[in-house]
Amino acid sequence: MRLVVRAAEVTGARRLIDITSAHVDSCLYHGEASLDFVDRLLAGGASVRVPTTLNVGAVDLLHPDLYRGDAQVAQRGRLLMDRYRALGARPTFTCAPYQLAEVRPALGEQVAWGESNAIAFANSVLGARTNRYGDFMDVAAAITGRAPAAGLHLDGPRHATLVLRLARDVPPALRDSDALFPVLGLVLGRRAGSSVAAIDGLAPGQSEDRLKALGAAAASSGSVAMFHVVGSTPEAPTLDAALGGATPQSVQLVTLADLRAAREALTTATADRLGAVSLGTPHASLRELEAHAAMLGGRRVADGVELLISTGRDVLEQAERSGIAGRLRDAGAELLVDTCSYIAPVLRRTDGAVMTDSAKWAYYAPGNVGAQVVFASTAECIRSAVAGRIARDDALWGAA
Amino acid sequence: MTVVATGAALVLDEPLSLWGGMDPATGELIDAHHPQRGVSLAGRAVVMPSGRGSSSSASVLAEAVRAGTAPAAFLLAEPDLILSIGAAVAEELYGIAVPVLVLPVDELARIRDGQPLDVRGISTGQVHRAGETGT
Repeated sequence: MRLVVRAAEVTGARRLIDITSAHVDSCLYHGEASLDFVDRLLAGGASVRVPTTLNVGAVDLLHPDLYRGDAQVAQRGRLLMDRYRALGARPTFTCAPYQLAEVRPALGEQVAWGESNAIAFANSVLGARTNRYGDFMDVAAAITGRAPAAGLHLDGPRHATLVLRLARDVPPALRDSDALFPVLGLVLGRRAGSSVAAIDGLAPGQSEDRLKALGAAAASSGSVAMFHVVGSTPEAPTLDAALGGATPQSVQLVTLADLRAAREALTTATADRLGAVSLGTPHASLRELEAHAAMLGGRRVADGVELLISTGRDVLEQAERSGIAGRLRDAGAELLVDTCSYIAPVLRRTDGAVMTDSAKWAYYAPGNVGAQVVFASTAECIRSAVAGRIARDDALWGAA
Repeated sequence: MTVVATGAALVLDEPLSLWGGMDPATGELIDAHHPQRGVSLAGRAVVMPSGRGSSSSASVLAEAVRAGTAPAAFLLAEPDLILSIGAAVAEELYGIAVPVLVLPVDELARIRDGQPLDVRGISTGQVHRAGETGT
C-alpha cells in the first residue's frame, strides 16, 4: 500500500480507485532485486486481491530445452515465475493477456496493467483504463486492488491532443497492408512521446492484430500508453470524439518518406546471410499463427535457417487442438511460449542476420541479445525463411 | 534540505528506456538506437525530458542499485511513475536513494553535460518541483 500511495503522490492523485484485474510484468527476472522484492512480499503474507495474469518470464517452462543461456540465470528466472504463482497470480506468462477471452477487460473497466504493449492495447483497443504501471507497481496494485485515480483512469486525459494524418502520398496498397502498422507505430511513438494521439486516414475497422503491432511499436519508440485510430478504436468513432470535442494542440502529416525512414532505421544488420526469422512479438494470436501456416503453404523452412514463433501457452493449446501448431512444426518452425526470443537466449543462429516483422523485437534485440536485425513484413519474413536468404519487397514502400 | 545525491550530469540527447537501454551489471547504455550508446550511466545525474518505453525499467533500476551501477539521480521535465517506483523499491530493499526529480524545462536546459550536481530532494521518488541544482 505504501507503493500505491507513493504512486498517488507522483501522479498527483487525491484518491484511489478499485481495480478489477491486474497484469503483472514483474515476473521477468532482471537480477536478484526481482527476487528480493517478491520474497519481501511473500514473507509479509501477501497475496493478490484481484484476478491477476502474469507477463512473460525468463524461460519457456513448457519447452526448457530451447534455452541456450546461463543455467544459473534460468534457474533464478524460473524461481521468480514460481514465486508469482505463490502470490496467487495465474501462470499465463504472456505479453498478450488481451488474447485470453476470460480475462479480457470490457470497455470502461478500471484495471492496472504492466507491459507496455499490453497497456497500449488495453486502453486503446479494448477501451479499458490503465496507466503505464511498471514493475513493482503492478504487483502493489494487484495486492491492494487499488490504483491512484489519475491519468488514463479518468475521462479527460484519454482524449487525443495530437492528430497524425496520413499524407496523400501514402499509397492505398500500403494503407491496407499489415506491413504499415509496426512502421506507423514507430512514427507514432516518436511523435507522441507520452501524449495521446489520434491517427486519421485509415479505413475503418482495422483488425486487433494490426492495432497490436501499431501499439507495441509506439510503446517501444515512445511512452505511448494510449492512442486512437479513427474509425477503429472504441473511443474514436470520429476524430471529434477522439479529441473530446477540443482543438488539438498539433496536427501533423505522416508522409511516405517518414514511413520509409522509420522502416529503414530498424534494420541494423550488415550481414547478407540469413540466420533466423523471429515472429510473434508481441505473442502471436491464433489468427496470426493461422496466417503463418497459410503463408508457409506446405513449404519447409530452408536448411540452416531457424524460424522461431513466440506465442502464449493458452494460444498454443488452442493451436495444438486446431492442428495449426502441428502444421507449423511440420514446416520446420519452432514454437516458443512463456518468454520471448529477445529476452531469453533461445536463438541458435545469431551469427547471421535475424529477420523479424516486429518493430519492438527489432528495436530491443540488438541491445538485449546481440542480434543483427532485418526488419520486414510478415510475408517477407516467411518468404525469406523458405528461400534461405533475405528477400525484401520494397514495392509497397514506393521504391522500384 | 539535505543533499541526497551527488554526481556529474549526463545530458541525454534522447529519452532512454532503462530496460533494453542499460545493462544493470555494468551501468552501460546499450540501446543500439540511442545516439549515446556506450556511455556509462553509473553514478551520473541523468538529465532527460522523460522516461521512455518498457514498463520493466523499474526492475532494471532496482537491480542497478543493488549492483552499485545505478545513476545518482534522474532529472526530468515530467513525472515518471516507472522510475519513481523503481527508486522507491530500491530504497526500501537496499537503503540507497536515487532521487527522481521534476524540474522546469528551462532549468533542465541550463544543465551542461559533465557539470557536477548536488541533487536535493525530500525523499527518493518524490516529485519535488522546487528541487535545486547547482554546482
